[in-house]
Amino acid sequence: MVKSIAAKFDRACAILDKYERNPHKLIPILQEMQAEYKYLPEEIMTFISVALGVSPSTVYGVATFYAHFTLEPKGKYVIKVCDGTACHVKESEGILKALEKELGLNKENKTTKDMLFTLETVACLGACGLAPVVVINDKVHGLMTPEKTLALLNDIKKEALSHVS
Amino acid sequence: MLKVQRATIDNNEVLIEGERNLLELIRKANIDLPTFCYHSEISVYGACRMCMVEVEGRGIVPACSTPAVNGMVVHTNTRQIRNMRKLIVELMLANHDQNCTTCPKSGECRLQKIACQLGVDKVRFKQAEKLAPKDLSSDAIVRDPNKCVQCGDCVRVCQEIQSVGVLDFAHRGAHAKVIPSFDKGLGEVECVNCGQCVKVCPVGALTPKHQINEVWEAIHDKNKVVAVQIAPAVRVALGEYFGYKSGTTITGQTVTALRMMGFNHIYDTCFAADFTVIEEGNEFLSRFEKNERLPQFTSCCPAWVKFAEQYYPDMLTNLSSCKSPQQMFGALCKDMLAKELRIPRENLVVVSIMPCTAKKFEANREEFRVNGNKDVDYVLTSQELALMIKESGIKFDRLEPGSFDLPFGFKTGAGVIFGSSGGVSEAVLRYAADTAGKGSITEFSHLRSDGDIIIETVTIGDIKLRLAIVSGLGKARQLIDKIRRGEEHFDLVEVMACSGGCVNGGGQPVAESKTTVQTRAKSLYDNDKMLQFHNSKDNPYLQKIYNEDLSRPKAHQLLHTHYSNRKRISGEDFILSSKSGQKKLTLTVCFGTSCFLRGAPELYSQLTEYVKRSGLEEETEFKVSFCREKCEKGPVLLINDEVIERCTIDKAIKGIEEALQNMPRQAAEEASAAKESTKA
Amino acid sequence: MCPELAVRISLEERRKHFLDSMKQYKGRVVICAGTGCVANGSLDVYARFQEVIQEKGLKVAVTLKKEKADFIISESGCQGFCQMGPLVTIYPQGILYTKVKAEDVEEIVEKTLLSGELIERLLYHSPDDHKASADTKHIPFYEKQQRTVLKLCGNIDAQDIDEYIANEGYMMAQKAFHTLSPEEVCELILRSGLRGRGGAGFPTGRKWEATRLQQNDVKYIICNGDEGDPGAFMDRCVMEGNPHSVLEGMIIAARAVGATEGFVYVRTEYPLAVERLKVAIDDARKAGVLGKNIFGSGQSFDIHVMEGAGAFVCGEETALIASMEGKRGMPTPKPPFPAEAGLFGKPTVINNVETLASIPIIMQMGPEEYAAYGTSTSKGTKTFALTGHVANTGLIEVPFGATLREIVQGIGGGVTNDDGSLCGADFKAVQIGGPSGGCLTREHLDMPLDYEHLANVGAMVGSGGLVVMNNQTCMVSIARFFMQFTQNESCGKCVPCREGTKQMLALLDDILEGRATGETLDLLEELAQAVKIGSLCGLGKTAPNPVLSTLRYFREEYNAHVFDKRCPVGRCTALLDFAIEAAKCKSCSLCAKKCPVEAISGEKGQPYRIDTEKCIRCGVCADSCKFGAISRG
Repeated sequence: MVKSIAAKFDRACAILDKYERNPHKLIPILQEMQAEYKYLPEEIMTFISVALGVSPSTVYGVATFYAHFTLEPKGKYVIKVCDGTACHVKESEGILKALEKELGLNKENKTTKDMLFTLETVACLGACGLAPVVVINDKVHGLMTPEKTLALLNDIKKEALSHVS
Repeated sequence: MLKVQRATIDNNEVLIEGERNLLELIRKANIDLPTFCYHSEISVYGACRMCMVEVEGRGIVPACSTPAVNGMVVHTNTRQIRNMRKLIVELMLANHDQNCTTCPKSGECRLQKIACQLGVDKVRFKQAEKLAPKDLSSDAIVRDPNKCVQCGDCVRVCQEIQSVGVLDFAHRGAHAKVIPSFDKGLGEVECVNCGQCVKVCPVGALTPKHQINEVWEAIHDKNKVVAVQIAPAVRVALGEYFGYKSGTTITGQTVTALRMMGFNHIYDTCFAADFTVIEEGNEFLSRFEKNERLPQFTSCCPAWVKFAEQYYPDMLTNLSSCKSPQQMFGALCKDMLAKELRIPRENLVVVSIMPCTAKKFEANREEFRVNGNKDVDYVLTSQELALMIKESGIKFDRLEPGSFDLPFGFKTGAGVIFGSSGGVSEAVLRYAADTAGKGSITEFSHLRSDGDIIIETVTIGDIKLRLAIVSGLGKARQLIDKIRRGEEHFDLVEVMACSGGCVNGGGQPVAESKTTVQTRAKSLYDNDKMLQFHNSKDNPYLQKIYNEDLSRPKAHQLLHTHYSNRKRISGEDFILSSKSGQKKLTLTVCFGTSCFLRGAPELYSQLTEYVKRSGLEEETEFKVSFCREKCEKGPVLLINDEVIERCTIDKAIKGIEEALQNMPRQAAEEASAAKESTKA
Repeated sequence: MCPELAVRISLEERRKHFLDSMKQYKGRVVICAGTGCVANGSLDVYARFQEVIQEKGLKVAVTLKKEKADFIISESGCQGFCQMGPLVTIYPQGILYTKVKAEDVEEIVEKTLLSGELIERLLYHSPDDHKASADTKHIPFYEKQQRTVLKLCGNIDAQDIDEYIANEGYMMAQKAFHTLSPEEVCELILRSGLRGRGGAGFPTGRKWEATRLQQNDVKYIICNGDEGDPGAFMDRCVMEGNPHSVLEGMIIAARAVGATEGFVYVRTEYPLAVERLKVAIDDARKAGVLGKNIFGSGQSFDIHVMEGAGAFVCGEETALIASMEGKRGMPTPKPPFPAEAGLFGKPTVINNVETLASIPIIMQMGPEEYAAYGTSTSKGTKTFALTGHVANTGLIEVPFGATLREIVQGIGGGVTNDDGSLCGADFKAVQIGGPSGGCLTREHLDMPLDYEHLANVGAMVGSGGLVVMNNQTCMVSIARFFMQFTQNESCGKCVPCREGTKQMLALLDDILEGRATGETLDLLEELAQAVKIGSLCGLGKTAPNPVLSTLRYFREEYNAHVFDKRCPVGRCTALLDFAIEAAKCKSCSLCAKKCPVEAISGEKGQPYRIDTEKCIRCGVCADSCKFGAISRG
């Protein structure tokens, strides 16, 4: 436990050093921190602010400005439903609604209690040729329907269960 | 020969004379183009879009970010522009809590004024429904997010002028808002309470935290005696609330008004400032003689003090240990007046009237209490006093001037000029020059600043003193960084958080232009001239108190204070102290936010004390860590690999002793193991 | 040997060496690894090809020219025809197979690769006459395009700098340094008539010239790859499919303005583009076309990739600069323009991906030849992402001045129903330029598409998303969709955009949910105009376009929603009235059971009824009725 705390902290330092503690590199620093910690904990952001010599409110302002950053931990599987124009005219909303219903999530509540799924919409993944598109942990699934999506979800659930057992 | 440049603005020809932008040119042409986000001292933001004008050939452009160009033909009131301006105000109002009558800014709110001026008679858009809670966490400032129009003035003033950056925009689009980091309260972040944000806020989103009701309660309480002190900068600005020209001195009327309102003893903070001059002057002379802890920084400004505690903890020993005049007054008054009146300290209520929001924070500091009872109970800003006078129905401009009570109402001119940047230095120098026997010099007018840094070498007899006078914390930071890097050397540095000093404080009437602030400062120096004495040591009441009531230890207790590190975390130096030598002990203090709030810094300083005391310095490595795992059990200390939760200094010492006991055994084992291996 | 010569020889040599070593292969399989095809399993196909060829005891190479082998397989960038993916092209014949699955690979290897036979079933069949086409030349989707910027994209291995060099790559950068002065480069680009492909269409040559004239030791080139327009993916395909062309464009720009450093700002949603650009930059450094003293000119120029973090507004150049400086992506007022004071206050050229990728091509063709394409004011070709209700979705490139008829009917193969079948009718509208653009209708079918014509009808080229919408689309909902998008993506800085988009959205909701009156429409229009002129940056200024353009062309549809409380295409559920047709109702009670608010009641033998007061218009009853007894109207 103790070692892991220290190790985590060391990694944060390593990331900061990699970018030479340059405040102009705040965004790539936050990106790497998020890749490391899966989200941006308050302490890490405060730490970044001190290390870079910018105020914490500025770091917080930047972290909340960009959609890519998350201040809450995300689930193991991040499901992104594309709501770009092409997906939208091909009824991506139906997929989103089906998933919300299945997972018991909504706009405020984006992650399931068991921390297995996070449901998000994303403004175009540039895979419009395959609209509507659903992305699960960076794997793109094209030409989706609500039924296909739910089937996919069930497969994942089964897989997750088998891992546990 | 330079060609004369002109532009045509609403059919009038106007000379272009180096205006920074079209907006300034238009205002020069006597057109009051409304704006929310334009301030000449901070960067151009271009967000409120109220200053849009039509430039022939270029269409509709924002005047604030368009340079004035020769031959420009500008229209400021076309139909399209008028409609758009009104629509923008409508949009702002739709997102604004329109309970104007109960807003502290009512009557002075720019949104209210502009809406009225433009004839906005209805809001056709959907009104924001849910009201967010007000932020009452700060001692000095109330933040009401429902009033914010997001002009960003506070953000820029805090960042650009003060280099603190407590507020910033967060989120985006319709969810964008101006908040402190992590949506915490202003009282929970690095806000130094200077109130410059309050001054620039065009609406009621940032206002001083009022203590009007508490003060009225004290006045009405039959068991309480209420003493009040008035800071120097208040007397040259308060009049602006009652229609006086800026800089008019209304000290006498204020005294009369306070008496009418029911204050029992009416005193002058300048009296305490005279004490400050003596104490700080002596401290300086002594340090200068020994050439130690120089430069000496002034300590009258509570925003500066907090700033130093947060960002320059290593330089805290350089701060003068003198309390500010407000707190010297409180300490003296509670001690001496209570005795004289033969009442318990608790029944004497000290109120101060300050140009400043940070003074509210200062009065609440733990150091300034005796058995929990504060030296200064309530702090009112100039703004609050004006409200109380108006509430009492007093016709301020008809009042006969009254005079302060004695002895705490008697001052020298040196105490009065504290209210302007450069004043403290001048007052101290007048005293120092005289004390050092170099003759009495009554004026150091080249030290008077309206906001610019002044660096001067002052010669007193054969002594040369290098001085810096700085106001505005951003400028202060630049200067201190230079001192730290060894690029500059000073003997005395005066720092005021607000540009131009207290005359421009966060609790003062909103100054539309820099000239307002300059006139206030000039009036203070005029006041100085009119007074009998100009050197604090000539104050007869002060001499009397020194002679009769204050022993040296007592003076030290009442008039001096100490400072503590407020630095939350240290980015560069995770290994905080690492002396050479064999490391037996690694102490890692968690400085995560929770641990911090639960007392990690105190624990840390106690630990360093202990380590020094026990002579373990050579063998100890101090580290600071961050964690997010045991936040509810903070503060957390690691002794080598041993975790101690909810750590106190006692627990820590016990743990260290245990660790040290195990150590020799371990070391012996290791040593023998090493021997074994060399043998092999 | 002087270093200048070294690079020249090495480029030439590398080219020759590449072409020579290609001769050893009997055939080449190019598998499309664009996002669309990857999502459809093209990587499995790729792996299977390797396996099968090896099973046959033959040798297969995956990296050109390094190994001796019989065949070579390579991945390409997006070939554009995403609908038909995964796409596999077999050379030397140039046979295009569509919708290839891993199971088909064995057959392809045996028949086509080893015996040269065609596999009929995998060829593209025209949906009209079901005729098969063996190569791209005869497929209408490709036949009617003018692929210039996209020419190499989808043909070459994006990760192989030698293949790029073999296709004349970096020769133009070399030429710019060796035979042209910076001034001449600017002048050449100005003469080509190239205008920015990112949206506003500012002449690229003028941008460069303005930057060139700035006196400063440090200047920057930024490639704007923050393609945020939902429904556009041209830049993604160029960055993924031909990253070197982007780098070469930047190097030429650096020559023109005297820049020292370049950055490619890429959306974080495009991880593959980031990866490929990084590899390409590395290879370019090794080849000596990036780095210190490039082409022996004494000028140094290097390029770095920066990932965005998810903000549409960062496509706006001043916001992009703020983002690169580590700040919130909030636009700043212009002046100062980036050409004067851009990144870190230095003169900066910001060009979009497609613009930069066009630069080497313009130099190859010569500005005059390039300018021969297009219309009098809009020169050259433009890529579009063709999506929505159209048979052939994908990435296309046509000269400016092409018409919607040519694009939607010719290349796109016609408008489809919601289920993807051809509907035979014309489109209802085409949204061009995404949330900043407007819609075009049937009346614009034969209008030449260029900057001026589009601006005249209230639309814009934008980044080039073309979303086709069929007759079943509710245009008010579409306007709302875009408004929702811009409201989310507004940076929140200026009042008109922050508050205006929010209020426009609220007004559109009123219209869609039956609360609107005539005043709502007037207010919406007044507000839209104010936001258009009053906003700080391009995002705000163009945000009202979808509303204004749908109001202009589909006013009657708005009127129906507002005055008749009716959605003409029956899409807006809040305006629907559900009713049970007594004659058809079998009183099975299924609808009553499904109704979430118990708005349906009835008894056995009697037709059921819907209580319209209780009904929340969710439509579950109509979906559940087996007898079609529930009508929506």
